Amino acid sequence: MSFLFEIQVEEVKLLDRYTAKKPAIGTLYLTATHLIFVETSCNTRKETWMLHHLIATVEKLPLTAMGCPLHISCKNFHVAHFVISSERDCQNVHQSLVRLSQPGKVEELYAFLYNPKQDEDERRNGWGFIDSAMDFKRMGLPNEFWEMTDLNKNYELCSTYHSELGIPKTASKGTVFGSAKFRSRGRIPTLSYYHKESNAAICRCSQPLSGLSARCVEDEEMLQAISRANPKSTFMYVVDTRPKLNAMANRAAGKGYENEDNYSNICFQFVGIENIHVMRNSLQKLLEVCAMKSPTMSDYLTGLENSGWLRHIKAVMDAGVFLAKAVAEDKASVLVHCSDGWDRTAQVCSLASILLDPFYRTIKGLMVLIEKEWISMGHKFTQRCGHVDGDPKEVSPVFTQFIECLWNLMEQYPCGFEYNEKYLLEIHNHVYSCQFGNFIGNCQREREEMRLYERTFSVWPFLWENRHQYRNPLHKCSLGREVLRPSTLPLNFKFWCGMYNHFDKGMQPKQSILDHLLTITQKKAEGEKKMTDLQIQLAVMDGVLADQGSPTGTPPEQTSLSPVSVSHTAENAKPLMNGAAVEEAEIELVPTAGSEKMEPVLFPWRSNMSEEGQSSSEITTEAVKLVA
Amino acid sequence: MEFSEHIKTANVEDVVLRRPFHPPMQGTLCVTGHHLLFSNRDGDSSRLVLLLLRNIDAIEKSVENLLGYSSLFSSTGQSQRPSVSSGTITLKCKDLCVLQLDIPGMEECLNIARSIEYLSSLDIVSDMYPFFYRPLKLSLQDQWGLSSPEQNYAQMEELQDRWRLSHVNKDYSVCPSYPPAVIVPHSIDDETLVKVAKFRQGGRFPVLCYYHRKNGMVIMRSSQPLTGANRKRCREDELLLQAVIDGSGLGYIIDTRSNQQAQQARMTGGGFESKSSYSCWKRLHRQLERGKVLQESLIKLVEACGDHSHSVDRWLSKLENSKWLSHVHTALATAGLLAECVERDGHSVLVHGSEGTDATLLVSSLAQLILDPNTRTLDGFLGLLEREWLLAGHPFQHRCAHSAYSHARLRLEAPVFVLLLDCVWQLARQFPLAMGFSEPLLLRLAREVYASDYGTFLCNSDQERCAAGVKERTHCLFQFLLKPSEREHYSNPLYEPTELAIWPSIQPQSLQLWRGLFLRWTQHAVHLEKAQEELRNLVIECRGAS
Repeated sequence: MSFLFEIQVEEVKLLDRYTAKKPAIGTLYLTATHLIFVETSCNTRKETWMLHHLIATVEKLPLTAMGCPLHISCKNFHVAHFVISSERDCQNVHQSLVRLSQPGKVEELYAFLYNPKQDEDERRNGWGFIDSAMDFKRMGLPNEFWEMTDLNKNYELCSTYHSELGIPKTASKGTVFGSAKFRSRGRIPTLSYYHKESNAAICRCSQPLSGLSARCVEDEEMLQAISRANPKSTFMYVVDTRPKLNAMANRAAGKGYENEDNYSNICFQFVGIENIHVMRNSLQKLLEVCAMKSPTMSDYLTGLENSGWLRHIKAVMDAGVFLAKAVAEDKASVLVHCSDGWDRTAQVCSLASILLDPFYRTIKGLMVLIEKEWISMGHKFTQRCGHVDGDPKEVSPVFTQFIECLWNLMEQYPCGFEYNEKYLLEIHNHVYSCQFGNFIGNCQREREEMRLYERTFSVWPFLWENRHQYRNPLHKCSLGREVLRPSTLPLNFKFWCGMYNHFDKGMQPKQSILDHLLTITQKKAEGEKKMTDLQIQLAVMDGVLADQGSPTGTPPEQTSLSPVSVSHTAENAKPLMNGAAVEEAEIELVPTAGSEKMEPVLFPWRSNMSEEGQSSSEITTEAVKLVA
Repeated sequence: MEFSEHIKTANVEDVVLRRPFHPPMQGTLCVTGHHLLFSNRDGDSSRLVLLLLRNIDAIEKSVENLLGYSSLFSSTGQSQRPSVSSGTITLKCKDLCVLQLDIPGMEECLNIARSIEYLSSLDIVSDMYPFFYRPLKLSLQDQWGLSSPEQNYAQMEELQDRWRLSHVNKDYSVCPSYPPAVIVPHSIDDETLVKVAKFRQGGRFPVLCYYHRKNGMVIMRSSQPLTGANRKRCREDELLLQAVIDGSGLGYIIDTRSNQQAQQARMTGGGFESKSSYSCWKRLHRQLERGKVLQESLIKLVEACGDHSHSVDRWLSKLENSKWLSHVHTALATAGLLAECVERDGHSVLVHGSEGTDATLLVSSLAQLILDPNTRTLDGFLGLLEREWLLAGHPFQHRCAHSAYSHARLRLEAPVFVLLLDCVWQLARQFPLAMGFSEPLLLRLAREVYASDYGTFLCNSDQERCAAGVKERTHCLFQFLLKPSEREHYSNPLYEPTELAIWPSIQPQSLQLWRGLFLRWTQHAVHLEKAQEELRNLVIECRGAS
C-alpha cells in the first residue's frame, strides 16, 4: 500500500459527537486509500482510520470561530466531526475526499489495490472456499424431486441469476424457458432451500408479467412442478413480499402477482415489506435520531418510532417466520417473490433458511447462505451499497436489514448461534468496504466479466482465518435440528446500538461479556492443547512414536518424568519441549495417525489408567481428535 | 386463626390452573390464611403450587351460570355437583405474573374470590405471613440484618476524626424515620441536631451517608428545610452545613425537585437553602418524579408490555408514553452528576427533595454504586440497601402496598425501589464484570419487596419494625440471601473487582427496557435464563481448567 500522503494537515480537531468533552487534536492524513487521523494530544498514539470507499457523505460547514468544520459519515455508521483551522485546507480535504470516496469506475475500488501478500494459488483456493452449489448437495440434491440444471450456463435464461439453478425434476426445458419469459427479467422460480425433513421447499423468483389479465401456461406448469415436488402437500404458498397496494400498482405496468384462479392449488399471500426507497428514507431518519446531541428519552423514543425502522425490521422478520412455519409446520412448499426478487426476496429466503437449518447458524454456514442467496442470486451490491458514483435512488440498506434481523434472532437465542455480533458487524463492514471482491458487482455475470476472481481476493478465507474472534462461547450444538420460532412481538425489536453507534465507544457497555468469555475459553483451549501436546511427547519419549521419527531424530531429553507420575499430575504439567518442535512432531503424526486404531499405540498407559475414570479417557480422546 | 372467618370455602376440587410456561393443570385448590395452595395428583407424582396471597395485586372474576336456576333446583340432594355453573378467577400478581383459575361452582368461585380479596390486602403488620413463616433451616435466633450503624461507623476509621456517631435519635424522638444512630460532623452537638431536626421536614436533619476515601468528600442527605413563605432561617442548620464543608470551601446541594417545585414548596411550609443564607453551597435542581406519577408510569409500562396486539409504532409510542425509561434516565443522570461533584470536582454534596425518603435515597445509593467498589459486591450491595433504604426510612409498606395491576385507588404507592433496581440493572448491563451480584438477585428483590416470606421489607421505618417485633419474630431476607446455599445463584460469575468508579453512559441509546423484569413471564425470558445458566457453567468450567 502506498504511504505517499496526498494531503497532510496539522492541528486538526476531532470533536466528540455527543458530549462537550475537549476535542482531540492531531494530524490528518489522506492516503490513496484511507483517511488517517493521528492524535498528538495524548501520550498513546491513537489513530482513527477511515477507508475512502466507506465514506457516504462528506460535508464542509461554514467557518466558525474554532475553524472550518468537516463532517464525515460512513456507510458503516462511523461518523467523525473534524475542525480544520484553515478554510483552504478544509476545502482541499473536502474536495479530495469527495473525489476519493466516489470512484467513477468499479476498477478504482480498494479490492483491486488490496494485496494481502498471497500468491495466485492461494487466491484461487480462496475463491473456491465457499461453493454455493455444494450447499444444494448438502440439502440432498439431486434427489427424486429436484435437480441442478445448467440451462443458465451462458446466462441466456436469466442474466442476473447464477449459472447453476435448482429446479423441479419434472419441469421441462420448455417450461423453464416459457416461465422465464413471463417473469420480470427472466428470474424464474428456482430452488432456494430444500427442507429434507418435510420435502417442502422454498423457491424464489420475480413477479409475473400478469398485468391485468395475462397468463402463461408454462409458468403455471412451473408452479405445478414445484407443487408436485412435495407430493405430501396438497397446496403451496405463493408469497408476495410487497404491500398489496404496490403489487396492484404494478399490474397496471404489465407486471403484478399470481391470480389464484389461474394457478391450481396455490395459497396466495401478501406480507407487506416496503420498497427500497421507503427503507432508504427510514434509515436516514434513524441516523438522524442517532445523531441527536443530547436527546431526552422521549425525543429518542419518538424519533425511533417516527423513523419506522423497527417496523420494517419486524415486517422482514415476520415474513421469514411465515416462510419457516409454512415449511416446518404446514409442510408446504413456498414460492416467494417481490418485484425483481433480489431484495426483499433475498431477505426473507435467507432468514427462513436460518430459522429452519442450524447449519446457517454456524460461521461457515452463514458464508454459504450469503454466497447463495445474495451474491449468486443477483442482489445488486454495487448499486444498493453505492460502491461507485451512480443513481442515489438505487442505494438501499437491504442487506443491513437482513443482518439486523439476524442480530435480533441472536438476541432472542443467545445460545443458538455459533457466531457472535462481531461477525455480523465484520461482514457488514466488508460488504461496504470493497476491500475484497465478493460484494462488488450486481450479479454473477458481471463479476465474471470484471474478472474479479483473478484480480481481487475473497473475504471468506480471511474471515475463516479469524474465526476464533467470531465465535459465540455460549453456542450449544445440542439445540440440534431445532427450528427456531422467534417471537415477533413488537417489544422484542430493539435498537441496535452495536451497529448504529458502534464507533461511539462511550455508548457501548464498558465491559464486554463476549470478549471476556472469548478470553477465558481461549485460555482453557490453550491449556488443553498444552496437555495433549505433553501426552504426545510422552508417547514419543516412551519410544512408541520414535519410529515415526521426530524431525530431529532424537527423543526429547527430559527422561526424569515417568509417564505414570505425569498421568496423575497432568493438570499442572508444564510443556517439556518448545512449541515448534511439538508442532512438527504433530505433523509427522498426521498421515499415520488418522484412525481410532492408533489409540492404544499412542497411549500405551491407557490400559493402566482405564479404571481411573472419565477424566483420563476424556483427555485421550481429545488428543486423538486433535491429531486426527 | 382468625383468618378462618374469611374463608367460607377452603377447598375446591377439579380446579384448572393456567399459568405461564406450563400446560393447564387440574387439581384441588385450597385457601389458607396466607396462601393459595394448588395440588395436582397425576398418578404417582403430585405437584404443588403455592402462591402467597400477599403477592396478588388484582383479582378479576367472571361467573357463568347459564342454567343457574334449573341447576339450583335439580342438584339438591345430588352428590354430583352441577357443572353448568362455573367461574373464572384471574389473578394478577405483584411480580407481574398473571394466573387463571377455572373453578366449578359459582358459589365456590365467589367465596374464594372474596377470601382472596380480603386476605391479600391485610394491613396489620403482625398478621402478615413473615410472622408465621418458620422454615426448618432458619432459626429466629440468627442475626437480623447485616450490620448496625455502630458497626458501619466503626469500620470507617478514616472519617472518625471529623465525624462522630450521634445517638440523639436513640428513642426515635428526634426523627421517627431515622435509625437510632447517625453520623454527623464532630463539631455539631446533639442539642444543635435537635434544633436542626425541627427545621427539616419529618425531622430528617442532614446526615452523612457516604465518605469518599480518595479525597475525604462526603455525600449527605436530608429532607427539605422548612423555610416557608417567610424565608425562615435556622442558625443551627447553617452551622451544620458549614461544618460539613469546613476547609474545602464549597459544597453542592442537589435538590431532586425543579427550581419551580422548590419555590412552590415554600407555600406549604417547605423550601430550599437560599444563596444568601448558605453562601458556600451551590444549589442544583434536577427534577425526579415521585409518588403517583411514578406509580402511574409503572402501570402504563406494564400495560404496554402486556398488550401484544399492537404494532411496533404503537409499542414504541406506549413505551415512550409510560415515561418509565425517562425516569431511569433522569435517576442515572442525577446520580452521575452527584458522583461527578464528589469524585471529579472534589466537593461534598447534600441531596434532598421534599421528604428525603424517596428520590433522595435513589440518587444517593446510585452514586455510591458508581463511586464505591465495596457497594458492588453481593454483601456490599445488600449492606447498601440496608443502610440507605431500610435504616434510612424508605416507607416500604406504603410504597409497595400495590403494584401495577391493582384497581385500588392509589394512596402512597410508588415504585421507587423498583426504579432503583432497574437503574442498578442498567449499570450492571454497562459494566457486566464490575458487579458481584447477578440479575437474579435484582429480580428476587423486585419480587420480595412486594410480597415476601421474610420480614425485611415490612413497615415504613426502623422504629416501626422494632415496635412490631419484626426483628425478633420474622426472618431476615438479606441474611438468607447470603447463606452458602443461595450465594452462588446470586453472585455474578463474571465478577472482577475494580477500584475504579463506573461511569454509566446515559445516552438514551445506552439504556434499555429491563426485559428480565418486565417481560419476565414471556418466552423471551426463558431463553435468556438458559443463556445465563450456560454462561455460569462455562465460566466455572474454564476456571476449573485453568
